[in-house]
Amino acid sequence: MAKHHSSGMDRTFWALADSTRRGVLQRLIDEPGLSVSALAESFSLKLPGMTKHLDVLSDAGLITRTKTGRTVAVTLSPAPMQEAIAWLNRYERFWSVSLNRLTALVEQDGEP
Amino acid sequence: MTDRLSSLTLVRRIKAPPAKVWAAITRPDLMLQWWGPDAGPTLSVEADVRPGGRFSVVFRLLNGDEHNPTGVYREVAPEKKLVFTWDVPGAPEPESLVTFRLEPFDGGTELTLTHERLPDEAARASHEHGWNGLLDKLPVYLGVAP
Repeated sequence: MAKHHSSGMDRTFWALADSTRRGVLQRLIDEPGLSVSALAESFSLKLPGMTKHLDVLSDAGLITRTKTGRTVAVTLSPAPMQEAIAWLNRYERFWSVSLNRLTALVEQDGEP
Repeated sequence: MTDRLSSLTLVRRIKAPPAKVWAAITRPDLMLQWWGPDAGPTLSVEADVRPGGRFSVVFRLLNGDEHNPTGVYREVAPEKKLVFTWDVPGAPEPESLVTFRLEPFDGGTELTLTHERLPDEAARASHEHGWNGLLDKLPVYLGVAP
């Protein structure tokens, strides 16, 4: 199971590596349910270009798309991103505290 | 890929020479004294500090949980750079890479730590697939395809 999990993490990081895709997620935080065409317009992209970005985000499980008639609404699905952020936070805490202790250790006198 | 969510970097300016900092990050008896994310004890450290050598650290958190990160040293440049892989057996997280860089600074040491995640096998495979695809096309391009 760990393998699937880490593959998911990779898709998340890949999806977040692009500034347009991060921008889309940001927009969706403010305006959940925005349509694909509205998103394309606000990023000055043609529909197929925006659709490609949305495919990457969707593969990473970061968004869901719902079709109503001719309109496709996009909403955020933030669980995988939270996982990525949790990884980062965990190690930030781990190393911050460890490095504080390391610094204190080597700055004290008399140590080799 | 320059994704700020896939790596973290911490910088510390330390009032001790690089030799002393290097000792602290490579000698098991000194590593025991600082390695860990809270005031819980570091229980054991094994470190075979040479390229290809392994390390294994066991520490216990204040909440009683024990963790055992292990890894392999990739690069060992005394008093300058230490690179090792980081794996937490059984934990659902990707393999990652830790780099310590030491630079003399104002009579002390500037220590830069980077912890970055590595692409997993699926990502590596797709990368290789991409290269293989290119190599497949090359003979066609050169007009030497059968």
